[in-house]
Amino acid sequence: MMQKGNKAKSKFKETWRRLKKSRTAMIGLCLLIFIILSALTAPLFFDYNTDALEQNILARFQTPNSAFPFGTDEFGRNVLARVVYGARISLVIGLVSCLICCSIGVLLGATAGYFGGFYENVVMRFADILMAIPSILLAIVIVSAFGVNLFNIIIAVGVATIPQYIRITRASVLTVVNQEYIEAARAVGASTPRIIFMHILPNCFAPIMVQATLRVATVIAEAASLSFLGLGVPAPTPEWGAMLAAGRAYMRDYAYLVMFPGLAIMLTILSLNLLGDGLRDALDPKLKK
Amino acid sequence: MDITGLVCDRQQENVMICAEEGREGAAANHLILEIKDLFVDYETDDGVVHAVNGMNMKLGRKQTLGLVGETGAGKTTTALSILRLVPNPPGVIKSGAILLDGQDVFALSEHDMRKLRGSFVSMIFQDPMTSLNPVITVGEQIAEVIREHQKLSKKEADEAALEMLEIVGIARDRFDDYPHQFSGGMKQRVIIAIALACSPKLLIADEPTTALDVTIQAQILEVMKGLKEKYDTSMIMITHDLGIVAEICDLVSVVYAGSVVEHGTLEEVFKHPCHPYTEGLFLSLPNINSRSEMLQPIPGLMPDPTEKYETCPFAPRCHYATEHCRKQLPAKHWFSSTHYAVCAGYDAPEFRLNRRSGQ
Amino acid sequence: MTDTILEVKGLKKYFSTPRGLLYAVDDVSFSIERGKTLGLVGESGCGKSTTGRAILRLLEPTGGEVYFEGRNVAKLSRKQFHKLRRDMQIIFQDPFSSLDPRMSVGKIIAEPIIINKLIKDKSALEKRVAELMEIVGLAPRLINSYPHELDGGRRQRIGVARALSLNPKFIICDEPVSALDVSIQAQILNLLKQLQKDMGLTYIFITHDLSVVNHFSDEIAVMYLGKIIEHAPTVALFDNPIHPYTKALLSAIPVPDLDHQRQRIIIKGEITSPINLPDECRFAPRCRHTRPECRQGQPPLVEVQERHFVACPFGMGLD
Repeated sequence: MMQKGNKAKSKFKETWRRLKKSRTAMIGLCLLIFIILSALTAPLFFDYNTDALEQNILARFQTPNSAFPFGTDEFGRNVLARVVYGARISLVIGLVSCLICCSIGVLLGATAGYFGGFYENVVMRFADILMAIPSILLAIVIVSAFGVNLFNIIIAVGVATIPQYIRITRASVLTVVNQEYIEAARAVGASTPRIIFMHILPNCFAPIMVQATLRVATVIAEAASLSFLGLGVPAPTPEWGAMLAAGRAYMRDYAYLVMFPGLAIMLTILSLNLLGDGLRDALDPKLKK
Repeated sequence: MDITGLVCDRQQENVMICAEEGREGAAANHLILEIKDLFVDYETDDGVVHAVNGMNMKLGRKQTLGLVGETGAGKTTTALSILRLVPNPPGVIKSGAILLDGQDVFALSEHDMRKLRGSFVSMIFQDPMTSLNPVITVGEQIAEVIREHQKLSKKEADEAALEMLEIVGIARDRFDDYPHQFSGGMKQRVIIAIALACSPKLLIADEPTTALDVTIQAQILEVMKGLKEKYDTSMIMITHDLGIVAEICDLVSVVYAGSVVEHGTLEEVFKHPCHPYTEGLFLSLPNINSRSEMLQPIPGLMPDPTEKYETCPFAPRCHYATEHCRKQLPAKHWFSSTHYAVCAGYDAPEFRLNRRSGQ
Repeated sequence: MTDTILEVKGLKKYFSTPRGLLYAVDDVSFSIERGKTLGLVGESGCGKSTTGRAILRLLEPTGGEVYFEGRNVAKLSRKQFHKLRRDMQIIFQDPFSSLDPRMSVGKIIAEPIIINKLIKDKSALEKRVAELMEIVGLAPRLINSYPHELDGGRRQRIGVARALSLNPKFIICDEPVSALDVSIQAQILNLLKQLQKDMGLTYIFITHDLSVVNHFSDEIAVMYLGKIIEHAPTVALFDNPIHPYTKALLSAIPVPDLDHQRQRIIIKGEITSPINLPDECRFAPRCRHTRPECRQGQPPLVEVQERHFVACPFGMGLD
């Protein structure tokens, strides 16, 4: 279809416009922004030490009231404060893990797709092996072997997502690499790194973006599971999974102790999934020209 | 279902139309297809695309009409409208009527429409590569159409399908082969076989040879010409290739921006084109017989289909356009009982096209 | 004294497939003079596109030599070839897939210049891009548009501008107008012709459309299953085709002219698979005039009239 040339909409604006149409994606986005904002503004409302960490036996097991909207836990700590600070931890784990593992996965997948041959075989079999191991088991092994600290947890929960990035990047690269504009780039003398980074990867952006959004959710859930098992972030750091674990013992009488961190996990993952699905539709190549 | 019930009434009306506007072929030739002032829009997120803007067409028995125009002129949409296959959403038939053998297509139920598709009117699509179901044998695909419209047993239908294969020039022993085992030209023959399996009265071919090599195209055109003779089928050949039109068509409609700008018999349109766009088309075509150095392209582009036009849509690109052309929609001018052009230039009685048309 | 800019000798490109050796380009030879156009014509699978790419080393030739301005292209090192690449460019067929959808028009045209470090200064680069856009007839306001917003004709102009950006001497036009509407085709063809006149460019014009190549070439080479079966100046080829395939090809083209309907020669059957070809005339399985001698070895390309080469020893004697 012929268009007037001066309607220069960039792909970003086009995608944003399509994303806005999906009600669920917008709900997910708003929820996510809310969670991020809560995490960022936490220090404005709660002091980390006095509210989240300091124990106050006299105030323990208070059900939600005006002073403590989420109640207090077995050590008298403000559950709302702990949940909000817990968001910081979870989001940091999710984001950093995603960044590191996405980069590794994308690089491996892109080179595998571009160069092919024996190298591609090696990379793909490596990905297959990694996928064959249950992710939680993998995380447990890494953390047990290398010790329990934030960085190790980030790697541990992220490693299992690397194969996803490899596969999806390789698949995208395979569709793009045979396009004529790649040949055109070669015809004018573009070097291989230039072709991969400036031509191929930007055109594979869509599926990788969707994958990354969904994987952040996975990683957050994984981190919570690790903490639940006692191998995650060490106490007394507020982390949702750890709070779930601790609250489990008191679930019958003080259900709110598991309800709030549980809800927090659920809503974060839900928002990321909604956003990810919406992104996938908005970036759908069938809707593009 | 008998849809020819209205034929007599139609013939009466047809005689009246003929008297009014001129004859289309033989006077007693009742119309297989009539399109009256068809308007079709596509309502998309990016705006409303006015694909068809007042399309008119009359086709009688055994006539082949070449529907000529470029991409975006509305030819395919018109064809899909005849079969009521315009995707909805986003396609919307805004107004107009399509009469198949006198029957109003838009008044039929989906059930009745489905009975017509394949048996009264068939369509051949452009890309043979994707028109066949890859997991069903070609013989079965032909037989399926036959069984759908005729009360035959499986054996009888298979036998009829084998005959069709032979007619289009494919060996009978290929009945059980799958589409991927055929080349592009062979696939197109299969598609023609499917389209003609139930002896339709009207065949619509949408650029059937565009995707094929030129020597294969020659084969397919020969097949189609032969079948035309044998089957007594009317045909609409949608194409942008005037060479194909010269080979196989009796009538020509030149389409621009969603409506017909010139219509006439093959002789009339090719020897005496009257619309500036038709003339421009002939001049811009590379012609194997001409030795001229430079081609004469038609400057500019087709108008933006999201804008409804109030004046002549071709005026911005027209060599002959005057102020008069930019004031109102152009009127139809008749040059014979069968030849007309929609051009405001002819409001002035002395107006003639003056560039050589490549003949 | 002829100024031969490109000479191709015995060019071969074979692909190994699971089913055997695919003879995409099989012993192709020709030469082109500076400023002229050679039309490389044939149907799908004949190897014309592969020939073009092999000349530019976008595909590495399996054998044979390519001499550009006297230098053996295939023997150059990567670095030396990198420099030569600027002189030899290509315009692709599909204006939809030959442009990176994520880059704006200006960026696409500037990229070759940036990669080859021809212009370092930013404002000089902008000037050059604007200049190129003007040469190919693109409105300056389109510089920030994206390919998907423009029609086929404009996109192809971007392709032309990109090919010109390195000031090449020689351009391979791989079916540059096949994907375009009829009236736009003429615009692009005229543009290419004008550029040839203004800049002294040499073209190889690859197409399946003989009617287009008629207007556009000085010489035509007809290919079939990887071989050139006829090579002649344009007028000679159209007035006096000798090889049976050329005759059939010419007769197959529908002519929009009621007074000049040709007698159709219908070639029987389908194109043979280019895998594991036997040592016989490539056209023998489908030719109307096949004799036993045709199946005993491949006929060489022989000059039968002035500058008119045919790979069919019996072609001259046929009707």
